[in-house]
Amino acid sequence: MTAVLERPAPAADAPRRASAPRIRQVLWTVPPLLVVLVVAVYPLIRVCLESAKLRSGGLGLGTWTSVLGSQAFRSALWRTVAIAVTSTVGCLILGTFLAIILAFVPFPGSAIVGRLIDTILSLPSFLITLAFTFLYGTAGAVNALISSISGSTSPALNFLYTPAGVIAAEITFFTPFVIRPLLAAFAVLPRAQLDVAASLGASPLRVLRSVIMPEAWPALMAGGSLVLLLTLNEFGIVLFTGAKGVITLPVLIYTRGIVTFDLPGAAVIATVQIVLSLVLYIAYRMIFARVTAGGSREE
Amino acid sequence: MLLWSRRGRIAVLTAFTLVVLIVFVAPLATVLLAGLAGSWNGPLPSGLGFARFSEALSGENLASLSVSLQTAFIAGGLALVLGAWAAIAAREAPKWLGRLTDAIFHLPIAVPSVAIGLGLLIAFNARPLLLGGTRWIVIVAHFVLVLAFAFSAVSAALDRLNPAFRQAAESLGASPARVLMRVTLPLLMPALGAAAGLAVALSMGELGATVMVYPATWKTLPVTIFGLTDRGQAFQAAASTTVLLLVTLLVLVLLGRIRGRAAVR
Repeated sequence: MTAVLERPAPAADAPRRASAPRIRQVLWTVPPLLVVLVVAVYPLIRVCLESAKLRSGGLGLGTWTSVLGSQAFRSALWRTVAIAVTSTVGCLILGTFLAIILAFVPFPGSAIVGRLIDTILSLPSFLITLAFTFLYGTAGAVNALISSISGSTSPALNFLYTPAGVIAAEITFFTPFVIRPLLAAFAVLPRAQLDVAASLGASPLRVLRSVIMPEAWPALMAGGSLVLLLTLNEFGIVLFTGAKGVITLPVLIYTRGIVTFDLPGAAVIATVQIVLSLVLYIAYRMIFARVTAGGSREE
Repeated sequence: MLLWSRRGRIAVLTAFTLVVLIVFVAPLATVLLAGLAGSWNGPLPSGLGFARFSEALSGENLASLSVSLQTAFIAGGLALVLGAWAAIAAREAPKWLGRLTDAIFHLPIAVPSVAIGLGLLIAFNARPLLLGGTRWIVIVAHFVLVLAFAFSAVSAALDRLNPAFRQAAESLGASPARVLMRVTLPLLMPALGAAAGLAVALSMGELGATVMVYPATWKTLPVTIFGLTDRGQAFQAAASTTVLLLVTLLVLVLLGRIRGRAAVR
C-alpha cells in the first residue's frame, strides 16, 4: 500500500542535513507507530481472523459461505453501493453548483455561507436524519403544509424511510466535502482568464465549460472519491433512519455484532467492507497525489 | 465576475439562496425548533418553551454530556500529542518510513468506524489487554478515530511551514530539542489549536464505533440521543442534539481563543 501513497516531495525539503544521525530519526518515529499498530491495525487484523471462526468452535470458511450466501448480506451490499453512488453523484452536482457561485458570483454574505457549509463538516451526521423526520416525515412540517393547502389527508411526501431519504440526507451532509476542494481549485484560477474569455464574447456557459470546468475536474475527482468512501462507510444517518428497507453494510455489522451477538458473522461483513473501503481509499490517494502534483498546490 | 447581466445574476443568486436555505439552513433550524417545541402537528411547531432543554441538562442526559466531554478531551488530547509527534517525526525520518507512517495513521479514516469498533471489541476483550466493559474502550475508540485527523492536520501545517526559521536556528547551533520547542511548535500552534477543535468536535459527535463498544456505565451523548429516538422521543432527542451542538460550538470558540492568543505571542 505504501507504494501508492506517493506524495510530491515538498520543495522546501531539499536541503536536508546529510550528516544528521539517521537512526535517531527512525527511533523517534517508532513509538507513535507502535501505538497505532496496537490500537488500529491489530484490531482490524483480529476482525479478519474472527471471520474464520465457526459458530461451533474451530476454524473454517463456513461462516463466510453462510454470510455471503445470505439474502440479507447481498441486498445490503447492493443497497450500500447504490446509495453511495447516487449520493456521490448528487453531492458532485450540488457541490459544483454551490462552489461555482461562491467562487465566481460574489455577493454580500458569501463568507457567512462558506462558514455555514464548513460548520456542517464538524456536525454529527445523525443530526440531518433527525431534522428530516421533523421536516419531511409523514407527520412532518412539509407534509402538514402541503395537506393544509391541498386538503388531502394522506401524506404527499413519503420517502424518508426509503433509500431516497438516506440519499437526501447523505447529499446534505457530504456536499461540503466536494465544495472545499473545488473552492481551493478555483482560488488559483487567474481571474484575468475569465475576464478575457468574457470580453472576447464567450457566454457565461461557454466560460464555464471551457475555462472553469477543466480546472475543476481533478478537484471533482478527489472530492467525489472521498465522498464515495465516506458514504459507503456512513453509519449514523442510516441507523437513525432505522427502517428495514435501508439497511446498509455498516448497520448490518452493528445488528449482527451487537444486537444478535454473532461476532464471526459480523466480522465477515466487516472484512468485506474493509477491503472495499481500502481499495477505494487507495484510489482516492492516487487521485489526490495527482491533483497536488499537477501544478497548483491546494490551500 | 462570471455573470455580467443583472437579471442573470439575480436569477442565479435566488436559486443559490433557495438551495442553501433548503439544504443547509432548514435542517439546522428544524432541530433547534423541534427542541423548543411542545408539539409539532401543523406546518409550524407549537407550544415553544425551554422545558425540554432543562430535561436535556438533567439526569441521564447531563451525565451523558459529561461523559462525552470527558471522552472528547482525553481522547482528543492524547490524539493531538501522538498525532503531532508522529507528524513531526515522520517529516525528519527517511522517506519510506514517512510514507509508511502516513499510510498507517490515515487507515482509520478509510475503514468504517463500525469496523474499528468491532475490532476493538474483539481485540481488547481478553487479558492482557482487557478493556471491554470499561470506559477506556470508548476512549480508545475515539482516540483511534480522531488520531487520523490530528495527524493529517499537523502534517498539512508542516507542509506549509517556512523551513527558513528552522534552518536559521539550526545553523546558529540550536539543538534539535531547542528547535522543536522554540521554533517548530510555536509556529505550529495555530494548526494545533485547529486540530484540537476538530478533534473535540468529531469526538463529541462520534456514533459508529461508540455504539459497538460502550458499556452501560459510559454512555456518550450521541448514544443517549439514539436511545431517545429509538424510544420515539424525537423531540427530546432534538433538544439533546441542540445541547450537543451548542456545547461543541462553545468548546470550539474557547479553543479558538487559546489559539488566537498563542498566535499573537
